[in-house]
Amino acid sequence: MNRWLPFEWIAAIRFLLDGKLQTLFIIVGISIGVGVIVFMSAMLTGLQANFIKRILTSQAQIQILPPDQLARRQRTGSNDIEDAIIQRPSQRLVSIDQWQSIAKQLETMPEIAVVAPTATGSALAKRGDASRAITLTGVEPDSYFKVVRVPDYIVQGQPRLLSDDIIIGIELAKNLGASLGDKLNITSSNGGSRILTIVGLLDFGNKGANARITFVSLRTAQSLLGMIGGVATLDLTLKDIYAAEVLARQIQSSNDVIADSWIKTNAEFFTAINAQNLTNMVIRIFVGLSVAFGIAAVLVVSVIQRSRDIGILRAMGCSRGKVLRLFLIQGGVLGFFGSLIGSAIGAFALVWWHAAARQTDGSELFPLVMEAQLFIWTAVLATLTGLIAAMAPALRAAKLDPVVAIRG
Amino acid sequence: MANAIVSLEKVSKIYNRGEPSEVAVLHDIDLEIKAGEFVAITGPSGSGKSTLLNIIGLLDRPTSGKLAIDGQDTSVLNDAELTHLRAHKIGFVFQYSLLISAFTALENVMMPMFVDQGFPTVEAEKRAMALIERVGLKNVAHHQANNMSGGQQQRVAIARGLAMNPNLVLADEPTGNLDTENAKSVFRLMREVNRTSGTSVLLITHSDVLANQCDRIIQVIDGRIQAR
Repeated sequence: MNRWLPFEWIAAIRFLLDGKLQTLFIIVGISIGVGVIVFMSAMLTGLQANFIKRILTSQAQIQILPPDQLARRQRTGSNDIEDAIIQRPSQRLVSIDQWQSIAKQLETMPEIAVVAPTATGSALAKRGDASRAITLTGVEPDSYFKVVRVPDYIVQGQPRLLSDDIIIGIELAKNLGASLGDKLNITSSNGGSRILTIVGLLDFGNKGANARITFVSLRTAQSLLGMIGGVATLDLTLKDIYAAEVLARQIQSSNDVIADSWIKTNAEFFTAINAQNLTNMVIRIFVGLSVAFGIAAVLVVSVIQRSRDIGILRAMGCSRGKVLRLFLIQGGVLGFFGSLIGSAIGAFALVWWHAAARQTDGSELFPLVMEAQLFIWTAVLATLTGLIAAMAPALRAAKLDPVVAIRG
Repeated sequence: MANAIVSLEKVSKIYNRGEPSEVAVLHDIDLEIKAGEFVAITGPSGSGKSTLLNIIGLLDRPTSGKLAIDGQDTSVLNDAELTHLRAHKIGFVFQYSLLISAFTALENVMMPMFVDQGFPTVEAEKRAMALIERVGLKNVAHHQANNMSGGQQQRVAIARGLAMNPNLVLADEPTGNLDTENAKSVFRLMREVNRTSGTSVLLITHSDVLANQCDRIIQVIDGRIQAR
């Protein structure tokens, strides 16, 4: 008999070991439940992290735009509105008013990590007889590449943007029959034109984006789009990505600009994430409940089987509190050991699934994320579930009348 | 009265009181057991012998009347105090040995000390081993309780009943399930304990042979003591 363990612990462990098959079955049941929770949680965390990483490395977390241009209402001398219907004017490409002072103000905000100005507009890319409409994005590589990780998407060439350089998508290169080092004639909608050299080909993993997106230096874009000294957007990266919406509203209220957060521009993505989290939570709750009822069922049977033992213990001077703890410990021990084995099963299944499930291009479907926190919390929650599940049978055992219990 | 280990005054027990299924099991029992006495309780089945033993053993409370154990009035004690008194003053030996199967013979004997102290101790193990030797089971001390014969289990149960060195041992038909030889052997053991340790023994038995070897016979019929 272990001299370091108190009576309740030794008796609880002996009772569990005495009913080997019963204990084995319930531990297997708990392990499968915990395994499912660990597997699902880790996989969903990995998938979500992957989605968020993809979204956040290919777009700004907050984008500052100039305000919409509005038509002014015509009024008579008596201030009566003359025209009943106001037509929305077409939105010309305009620069953000006082963008440099706004950029400086944003750079001082502790929540903001990077501010990158861009000059963006549409243009036509021509090579020989082929021409394609493109989105021309002028950027300062030093800052912009921290907002959108353009270098990560370069599949050929280099992320360099001198005044005559252009980086284009692989689909556009295919359509124009162009390759690295080729020249493209870029003509903007307001008539500006320049010959630029392809220095990089990129792949955003989206055919539409790959067919339209191009990057040039900020000054080149300003010159082509006729907005010398001006910028069309200020793209921001934040220290806390989930603070984007609150911060965007704050910036918009204190400046004459529009501030769009990535949360707002990816509302559907967030709905999907929330739905996924809710589903995961519901599955966890039901798996947890089935584990809890399993433990409770086994302990209720154990209380019935051991009623004579309980009666004997009570006759020998064992208090109701000790009997209560004896069964609570059994629930906790079942939950704890079930969680250890279940965590191992879940981790093994995750590693196997990570190796087996691949995307069409052979890359991983989700990054393998196995945080120690997940396993610690799972063990804590499974042990608590075991304790709570054991409460009803333990109370029943503690309330047993010793005379009735001994009589069986 | 000073040397009375058990004293009952007008003790009655009624089950399901006030209900249609009300049953009066004991009626105004007056009884005194002196320290060191070896007393047999006899009577037909259903006469109230076991109920009387359970009340004396503080496993059940009387409906009315007064019970004192070693001079201590039990009617004023709460559940925890009764449990403590039971643990220190009374040892039990049941008809079915009722050892705990998850433990060895030695551990079963240690159990009352283990329950009382909270942790298993070297002293408890030494004392348990001495008791196991006293009942002649040293060679099977480390056997699982459920792997022993009925006679051996009953001897272990007697050793367990003596573990806390109680003033009173209550034995409810301890020989009822044993063959004649084992029954004699178990009875001899209890008698020896009574003589050498001065422990009072209250023994329920259906055997007149065994009852006649006791200091006193109490006959219970229909919940009343008929002879003493």
